[in-house]
Amino acid sequence: MKKLPADILKDFPSLHAMGMRAYLDSAASSLTPTPVLEAMDGYYKECRSNVHRGMYKTAGEATARYEAARGVVAGFLNASSPEEVVFTSGTTASLNLLAASLGRELKPGDEVVLTEMEHHADVVPWQEAAKRHGFTLKFIPLTEGFTLDMDAARALIGPKTRIVSVAHASNALGTVNPVKELASLAHAVGAKLIVDAAQSVPHMKVDVRTLDCDFLAFSAHKMLGPTGVGVLWGRKGLLEAMEPTQYGGDMIREVRPEASTWNDAPWKFEAGTPNVAGVIGLGAAVGYLQAIGMERIEAHDRALAAYAIGKLSEIPGLEIVGPKAGERIGAISFTVEGAHPHDLATLLDREGVAVRGGHHCAMPLMARLGLSGTTRASFYLYNDESDADALIDAILKAKTVLKL
Amino acid sequence: MNDELYQENILDHNKNPRNAGRIEGASRQAKELNPSCGDAIELFLKLDGCDRVQDVKFDGHGCAISQASVSMLTERLKGRPLAEVMAIDEKDILGLLGIDVGPMRMKCAMLSLRTLKSALACKK
Ligand SMILES: Cc1ncc(COP(=O)(O)O)c(C=O)c1O
Repeated sequence: MKKLPADILKDFPSLHAMGMRAYLDSAASSLTPTPVLEAMDGYYKECRSNVHRGMYKTAGEATARYEAARGVVAGFLNASSPEEVVFTSGTTASLNLLAASLGRELKPGDEVVLTEMEHHADVVPWQEAAKRHGFTLKFIPLTEGFTLDMDAARALIGPKTRIVSVAHASNALGTVNPVKELASLAHAVGAKLIVDAAQSVPHMKVDVRTLDCDFLAFSAHKMLGPTGVGVLWGRKGLLEAMEPTQYGGDMIREVRPEASTWNDAPWKFEAGTPNVAGVIGLGAAVGYLQAIGMERIEAHDRALAAYAIGKLSEIPGLEIVGPKAGERIGAISFTVEGAHPHDLATLLDREGVAVRGGHHCAMPLMARLGLSGTTRASFYLYNDESDADALIDAILKAKTVLKL
Repeated sequence: MNDELYQENILDHNKNPRNAGRIEGASRQAKELNPSCGDAIELFLKLDGCDRVQDVKFDGHGCAISQASVSMLTERLKGRPLAEVMAIDEKDILGLLGIDVGPMRMKCAMLSLRTLKSALACKK
């Protein structure tokens, strides 16, 4: 069994690029290991052609590799079939597709329930659809402990609710939300549950049947894959009943001058030439994660988060913005009294520690917490305690520079 | 640590901003945001009869670079003729800051200038 992270560091060439000491921004985007780069290269070098079209051998090979990735992703999620996996350009595109398509079936009086901790990608598409179709948005509030207020959720999810859309794990707080319980609340009133799994799929075992959700969205680039590709998983019957929102080649069955009919799901949602290399890279990334084991990755993540939170909490003036223990991922937000997140991120960068400072695409959450932003350090399988130590060391130095 | 960005005067302007506040009935005013970081600056100019800056104030929050930048800019604006104020550009702001801002923080440094330009463009 490979030791984390010692035995895998050699797979990540960019880890030591540019003199970086600690890459602690995997919640924004992860690094990509050599086997994933090679899988994408393989497409360009060995079978570079379009998919689903050509009658020649390389086109067949490209299609086979592209569709094989669908099978790999379906297995990873424990989906009932590969046809439940739609390839998109990322979480944002997946959520936009849902809001645009499902939004059309909603009318004034209907309600879509979100949470106060949603990423803008799970807020703005719904706001736009609500403008067009006249439905109402509701937000499940937070508790003092940075978790969802489930009593409020039970009160908000009612007969008018048609859709509940929640982050599985918050990129800004690290909180892991009780998706299974939200699914049963939603289903009890006949609503659908959408899960923004951008931050959970990379870090824990996500089984769509155990979660009992209806749709799930995530991005390859946060789970060792390339940028510009992602997934929308949906229950087969729901995808079949859903209208596409983009039109063109590959998504049609028959095109007549006056009207057209659609291909089957999932292909009816994949108009135009897809990100073939990206999808193949995503398949390879899933394979890489599976070879290590999601349970081990999650355990590694949790242990590191606990270690880092313990050390961070000892720094005077530092406040953790998120749960200190319990159900959480290794994305740790914090504030340092007297230091703006951008100044802190700049000073940490000068120590070779890469973190993110700002509102983390969650402005409603920051407003609710009365913060202009936080600094966030996030861990992944290639990090270890020495990275957390580098972070602590750099924060202490930054405080000296800022005379705090 | 390579900390030339956070020199004494930058930290001082950030902690003790000059001309902090608001002006009721300002001749020119504007508010600008940095959407990526949430920095905000609202700038107020009061001109006298000969179009000189009689008073200037700002209200804002954000990182040390953006706040020091606007604080220094207000010091520079006081008493200046409008024509001179209109000619202020990026080079002047960098000159005021006196540091190597670098590409990642240029937006923070220039928020003050952006707010000034908006204020000048919108007559009240
Ligand atoms: C919780 C969450 N949702 C959505 C997104 C958007 O993902 P992408 O930018 O890959 O579409 C992110 C990533 O920033 C995220 O963390």
